[in-house]
Amino acid sequence: MDILITGLLLGGTYSLIAMGLNLQYGVARIMNLANGEMLVIGAFAAFWVFTAGQISPILSIVVVAPLAFLLNWLIYRFMLLPLVRRAKSAGQLEVDSILATFGLAFVFVGIMIATFGGEYFTYSYLAEPFVILGETYALNRVVAFVLAAIMCGLLYLWLNKSRPGMAVRAVAVNPESSGLVGINVSRVSAFAFGLGGAVTAVGGTLISTFLTMDASIGVLFTMKALIIVIMGGVGDVRGVIVASLILGLAETAVASLIDPGLTLAAAYFMFILILLFRPQGLFGRRSS
Amino acid sequence: MNGNELRNILLAAAGLGLAALLPLTGSGYLLSLGVTVAMYTVLATSWALFSGPTHYISLATGAFYGLGTYVVAVGIDTLPYPVLLLIAFVAGGVAAGLVGLATLRLSGVYFVIFTLGLAEMIRQLVTWVQNNWGSHRGLYVLTDITEEIIYWELLAAAALVYLVGWWINRSRLGFALRIIGNDEVVAAHCGINTARSKVLLFMVSGSVAALVGGLLAPRWTYIEPAIAFSAMLSFQVVIMALLGGASRLWGPLVGVIPFTLLWEVISGHFPNQTTLLLGVAFLLIVYVIPNGILGRLEQLYRAAREGAG
Repeated sequence: MDILITGLLLGGTYSLIAMGLNLQYGVARIMNLANGEMLVIGAFAAFWVFTAGQISPILSIVVVAPLAFLLNWLIYRFMLLPLVRRAKSAGQLEVDSILATFGLAFVFVGIMIATFGGEYFTYSYLAEPFVILGETYALNRVVAFVLAAIMCGLLYLWLNKSRPGMAVRAVAVNPESSGLVGINVSRVSAFAFGLGGAVTAVGGTLISTFLTMDASIGVLFTMKALIIVIMGGVGDVRGVIVASLILGLAETAVASLIDPGLTLAAAYFMFILILLFRPQGLFGRRSS
Repeated sequence: MNGNELRNILLAAAGLGLAALLPLTGSGYLLSLGVTVAMYTVLATSWALFSGPTHYISLATGAFYGLGTYVVAVGIDTLPYPVLLLIAFVAGGVAAGLVGLATLRLSGVYFVIFTLGLAEMIRQLVTWVQNNWGSHRGLYVLTDITEEIIYWELLAAAALVYLVGWWINRSRLGFALRIIGNDEVVAAHCGINTARSKVLLFMVSGSVAALVGGLLAPRWTYIEPAIAFSAMLSFQVVIMALLGGASRLWGPLVGVIPFTLLWEVISGHFPNQTTLLLGVAFLLIVYVIPNGILGRLEQLYRAAREGAG
């Protein structure tokens, strides 16, 4: 029971991060390997604001989200769009964007190490007990979960019920045809990329309330987000949420039953199962 | 074999012979730099054997390398060294085969992601096994193998990789891979078993990486998971190969030498800035020299010839 709830709480926060990556990969078609670094930047901003001014990390979201959106929008507009334009094939764009975002990831890590050092950073926020079904959990995990759930819900509604959301989904399905029906594909892509980055950074802010982070931990979160997106199916919101809950559960189970050092191995195990049996995603249909 | 190829082979042999004389300078620093350069040459060239024609970016070099190192470290007290190297070679091939079978049937993105975390995952598993069933965390590799011997062994491995690469280029397999790299759908329609060709070549590259890991194990003396399975190694190899140019057999060599020297300087003076260097190098490759130094030189050469003619 304890594992179940802790796992679900963790998985809920993961779903926000994976949702960010999903927007970037599903809509803008950029496999953003600097995604985890964006998360660390979000976490670091919260840490900095909290230790400097005792401002609640929840409030810092108001600043983190727009800044992260702007940063990611600029990255797409000035670094990735030229690659999209020069690419002769989807394969070439894939290779180029993978290399470019790797470069970005390392540059981010390098800058963070240079300015703040490589130490672990952690702070204590809402570290109070909270009782669910007779068991106690840390309040910060519960708050992070609730906020992540609200944001996922809003995103889902926005994507499915609003006109701009529909444009985003149209580009995700087929960029060429959406251009034909009067959607400005590169603008929508840049917007989705920025939004994805903002969502991820907010996820980082939430995670930093209960996890200890350091400047180079980003790649681990990139891995997890990638595994979740592949497991859930690219562009599939429902699948991604289910997949992140499964991953959260699996990691918590392995960490508490076998060894806390094996969480990545647990994620890999699920990854292999998915690759072997359902490479199209949990709810995906096999393409003909 | 035509005259051009014969000339290239003679040149390569002469270069190798010249490189083999390095230990005679008697400088320990030069020798240790030579070992590093030779190691990256073998790794980057074997990486490019697979990734050059197919454009699949493998980040698994560190994992196979660590595997080789560990095979030697675990067995050094019970089995003779050459046998261990053979085991490392085979183990690398088998591991690459398994990874390839799981991922290379699908699109390239899955492959990149899978190899990205592979070294870290194996590190976690090895640490876990050692904590629970091993007597201590690290392993000692005590041999009388000197740095000169490691250097010559690496040169021999480099010669082997060049020969294999040259042979693959001429073979049906190499031709098939070039078609796959240009257009996988066309390749499949030509009747090429794309998955099998990719897995086979990935196994070659994995075996070589494991072999290099095994060859370098005596250099470390003390081995623990964090040393053997370094994710940095995979990235360095990718950068060196792409920097030189992965579409030619000797392209990676052109990238290895300047990058190793630069890395030495940066990690010596600004040890915290190595990550930044990696990042800048990646961006440089994508935006400034997408075909590597060699590609750029060929472009200039062609432009100059056209200008003259």
